[in-house]
Amino acid sequence: RSCILVSIGGKNIMLDCGMHMGYNDDRRFPDFSYITQNGRLTDFLDCVIISHFHLDHCGALPFMSEMVGYDGPIYMTHPTKAICPILLEDFRKITVDKKGETNFFTSQMIKDCMKKVVPLNLHQTVQVDDELEIKAYYAGHVLGAAMVHIKVGSESVVYTGDYNMTPDRHLGAAWIDKCRPDILISESTYATTIRDSKRCRERDFLKKVHESIERGGKVLIPVFALGRAQELCILLETFWERMNLKAPIYFSTGLTEKANHYYKLFITWTNQKIRKTFVQRNMFEFKHIKAFDRSYADNPGPMVVFATPGMLHAGQSLQIFKKWAGNEKNMVIMPGYCVQGTIGHKILNGQRKLEMEGRSTLDVKLQVEYMSFSAHADAKGIMQLIRMAEPRNMLLVHGEAVKMEFLKGKIEQEFSIDCYMPANGETVTVTTNPSVPVDISLNLLKREMALGGPLPDPKKPRTMHGTLIMKENSLKLVSSEQALKELGLNEHQLRFTCRVQLQDPHSDTDTLHRIYTHLKSVLKGYTIQHLPDGTVMVESIVIKVSSSTEDPNTKVLLLSWSYQDEDLGSFLSTLLKKGLPSGLC
Amino acid sequence: MKLYCLSGHPTLPCNVLKFKSTTIMLDCGLDTTSVLNFLPLPLVHSPRLSKLPGWVSKDGTLNLEKELKECAGRVFVDSQPEFCLPEKELLDLSTIDVILISNYHCMMALPYITEHTGFTGTVYATEPTLQIGRLLMEELVNFMERVPKAQSATCWKNKEIQRMLPGPLKDAVDVWTWKRSYSMQEVNSALSKVQLVGYSQKVELFGAVQVSPLSSGYSLGSSNWIIQSHHEKVSYVSGSSLLTTHPQPMDQSSLKNSDVLILTGLTQMPTANPDGMLGEFCSNLAMTIRAGGNVLVPCYSSGVIYDLLECLYQFIESANLGTTPFYFISPVANSSLEFSQIFAEWLCHNKQSKVYLPEPPFPHAELIQTNKLKHYPSIHGDFSSEFRQPCVVFTGHPSLRFGDVVHFMELWGKSSLNTIIFTEPDFSYLDALAPYQPLAMKCVYCPIDTRLNFHQVSKLLKEVQPLHVVCPEQYTQPPLTQSHRSDLMLELQPPPMPYRRCSVLNLPFRRRYERVYIMPELANSLVPSEIKPGISLATVSAVLHSKDNKHTLQSVPKPPPVPPSKKRKRVIEEPPVVLAPKPLLSGAVPLEAFLATLQKHGITEVKVEETADGHILHLQAEDTLIQLEEDGTHIVCDNNEPLRTTLRDLVLRFLQKL
Repeated sequence: RSCILVSIGGKNIMLDCGMHMGYNDDRRFPDFSYITQNGRLTDFLDCVIISHFHLDHCGALPFMSEMVGYDGPIYMTHPTKAICPILLEDFRKITVDKKGETNFFTSQMIKDCMKKVVPLNLHQTVQVDDELEIKAYYAGHVLGAAMVHIKVGSESVVYTGDYNMTPDRHLGAAWIDKCRPDILISESTYATTIRDSKRCRERDFLKKVHESIERGGKVLIPVFALGRAQELCILLETFWERMNLKAPIYFSTGLTEKANHYYKLFITWTNQKIRKTFVQRNMFEFKHIKAFDRSYADNPGPMVVFATPGMLHAGQSLQIFKKWAGNEKNMVIMPGYCVQGTIGHKILNGQRKLEMEGRSTLDVKLQVEYMSFSAHADAKGIMQLIRMAEPRNMLLVHGEAVKMEFLKGKIEQEFSIDCYMPANGETVTVTTNPSVPVDISLNLLKREMALGGPLPDPKKPRTMHGTLIMKENSLKLVSSEQALKELGLNEHQLRFTCRVQLQDPHSDTDTLHRIYTHLKSVLKGYTIQHLPDGTVMVESIVIKVSSSTEDPNTKVLLLSWSYQDEDLGSFLSTLLKKGLPSGLC
Repeated sequence: MKLYCLSGHPTLPCNVLKFKSTTIMLDCGLDTTSVLNFLPLPLVHSPRLSKLPGWVSKDGTLNLEKELKECAGRVFVDSQPEFCLPEKELLDLSTIDVILISNYHCMMALPYITEHTGFTGTVYATEPTLQIGRLLMEELVNFMERVPKAQSATCWKNKEIQRMLPGPLKDAVDVWTWKRSYSMQEVNSALSKVQLVGYSQKVELFGAVQVSPLSSGYSLGSSNWIIQSHHEKVSYVSGSSLLTTHPQPMDQSSLKNSDVLILTGLTQMPTANPDGMLGEFCSNLAMTIRAGGNVLVPCYSSGVIYDLLECLYQFIESANLGTTPFYFISPVANSSLEFSQIFAEWLCHNKQSKVYLPEPPFPHAELIQTNKLKHYPSIHGDFSSEFRQPCVVFTGHPSLRFGDVVHFMELWGKSSLNTIIFTEPDFSYLDALAPYQPLAMKCVYCPIDTRLNFHQVSKLLKEVQPLHVVCPEQYTQPPLTQSHRSDLMLELQPPPMPYRRCSVLNLPFRRRYERVYIMPELANSLVPSEIKPGISLATVSAVLHSKDNKHTLQSVPKPPPVPPSKKRKRVIEEPPVVLAPKPLLSGAVPLEAFLATLQKHGITEVKVEETADGHILHLQAEDTLIQLEEDGTHIVCDNNEPLRTTLRDLVLRFLQKL
């Protein structure tokens, strides 16, 4: 399950609010006391973002908002907002009405919780407050699944939720732009798997179903009502059509029709092909798939039944499983991942005797098959996403530690970025190094760009000088002259004058010329002028010559410079004190 | 910053904005009113139209009877209808970087701009705008191509000849640039250049400018656009509505703080109240049906028709019209109805919550399911066998010059039992009807234009407070027919800047600042000092890097150590490498404090002399002069470099550097 708290730029954001399917007690919900011991969560959280409608991502939401107490905004996409309350209610019914548990949220709480939801559109930049902005990207895991980019100032985080990098029969592939987040938080359910091609898996699946039907067996496919179910329905529907098969296919619970209706209305969230052809033929109107009734389970002859929930932990799928488990002709196909502790997980691990409630045991004789159809990114997909987003740090969640460790090594090696993998309840701190945005006066910028030329010269970087004015919250970078003017300050001129005596038996004019020539040869790259009024100017340093009254051969040089030319002025006075080289003409 | 205005039609705009080295086209409207000068294109042979007399000038000198036909005193061109394109000569269209589309009605000229002009840029539009825009283009092409006309009239366009023609042909502008419809291939090519955007999505253009669409409340996916840099903001407001119909409500607050607001697409019917018109529409429709007549509604295949159908859905039972067939005939009728149901994200809140149930957001799904509303691609095929009268027919094109509507005009025009109800505001209904005169059928004019009226827009502008407003010149004076209605124009302070076709406006903008980013290393090295309460200064010396219009300041790299060489001996003669020039100085040096400081540094023999502007300090032991003035200090010191630098540093203690 997922429930992550991110603190970024002084904002606290909860990413997903999932529930653990393997537990039946308090441990199934996240430990919110971690955020605050007493008081409502509203004061501590700026927003909650739900990535998709699976219960391991949103199952604890009503518990958090209504029972612990949170009134701030909850963001999710339109399809998630539509489907999530149905799954929550479904789940509530199983737990409370069937199992008779207490201390659980009510129908009304689900409704109240959904009132706090703000729908999110793909690529829309939502300003949560003045500083915090979020943006959703297509994730392709289930209908309406999204990844989110969270930004505060120049710091940002991307949270993937669950995602899929290869388009399937009804959804497209996840996509994100080169947003270069400080941290990319990625799921890693299939951290070490590189799955064989989709087509092979589909062929395998169809072959197994077909064989079982041929020998008169019953096939149970435990699924969640929305998501993989629709993909497998499309697959079987086309196969039945092509092979002209007669064995009935059923879909349990009344949710099917409703679910398919959601797909029709949210067709813009499906893949390109379905979107293009939906006016002519809607892929979600099935001819061969009919609604299931509890009594059908005892009918003789082969059949295929899709039943919820997907991990065989409760409900109709579990009931049918119990009925069919004793016959080796039958088969159960687990099309997705099963959480530890569920019956699904146990039988996939080869357990053949199950302890049921009330101390009875169940012998599992039917064939158990696992087909990875759940749409998570595999190792290749995760690497692909890193390449897309170019994060500075990587954080892996929602996976098994050993596998994550392997992937972490690979990521660090290939992208040379830091990769973290915190356990539940653990905190990771990532230090960012944000740059400071400043307003530069256009005059200064243009002057600098004109001087710098069109292409930067790496060997001779030009240095720009200016004054940064910090006033209230604004940062303005202007030229020093403009800064003086804007702040109403007077300039203070600091000047230095220095007399240097020189032995040079020439006329004053000649001496001046000799100085000029000498400086020309020493100071390369400076502007040196011999002015008609009898001065030499080096940049803005003035040099004058006069003869000493006592000795016409002793010349007195007068150097005058301003503080801004201090380095050069000081250099010149030292240089000229040493006299002029004799070789000068 | 400049604005080039390529269209004179205020609701079908086409402007080009040059802003910070980007060239942005705002909308790509196609002025279709030109088709009113042409004869209708009948779907089946019409003896009446083919028998119309050719036109010969009164004195008989000008004979254009092959090209021009006369009907009820008006002259029409007998040729495939042509459209008035946006101006192509005002600037080089191949230099356009991006085109921003505000709604599907304002993109109909897109193929003319993106094809055959050398355009290589990107078009930005929302998904509903693209999909429904495609349908409308497809429909237009279909209307034209299924009744090809061999003849193409050109003689009448000759300037000398056009001058002699009767009005309104005589006064038509730029007729030689009018073009026939594009092909489906051109439509596909043009639309392949569209990149989809969502509301409030921020799109960076070359790092210099950010554009972002906002909901405008007018139609599915319709948007206004914000075009901004860090310090300048232009809002482009096109077809917007504050009425609650099916689209998402208008986002007004994001338009605040604009330097310039370009305002187009106000209502074309400022005096007609849409709600009242809807009521009139229903009552006229019911009256005609009860009397045994048929109702013809010429309309576009998307937009107001959804609202009409929704209104009828509620009205049908109460008006006892449960058995009357409603037909929607268009090559894209089915697609339009289907597409309207899948854009939940773009709908008003009410409709969105229906999708959560899940139910289709528009009730026309139920009308179709119960067989009350039937849709057909054209009058040919299934329709001809299933057609029952009296009935209501929705069909295009609202100009009555092409499309299936032409057939119904010929079929029903002669009976006074039938009624034609105009709901689209784009064409004058009298002009539209002209080639069908004399007509017995009843005509009802209920134009429904949900776009902003003058009252709403002045309230909006008061709220968002743009510094300058630019708008078509039509909005700066009352309409010609109602010249006394001074409330039907924009009155603003400062007055709006009007534009017309071919105007080039210089927008009043003074850009003064630009955004740079100081890299963390440099930021850490800055030493701010407080110069006034709340104001701090820091001198910055840095290397400027500009890439993709993004500027960053980095620390000046340390010079590489001088490699040991022969020159080493003469190192004193190496001129100094100026890394950081000295900052400017500010403030004054107070005499008493300065003397005290000198004393601390062992300089005790100081003779102070008062002058007009300050003091002269004579350091007698060191034979050095210091001239202290309000805005300057002058140190005269010979042959004693250590002393000079000490004095310099002492003076600097009293001054602020910047």
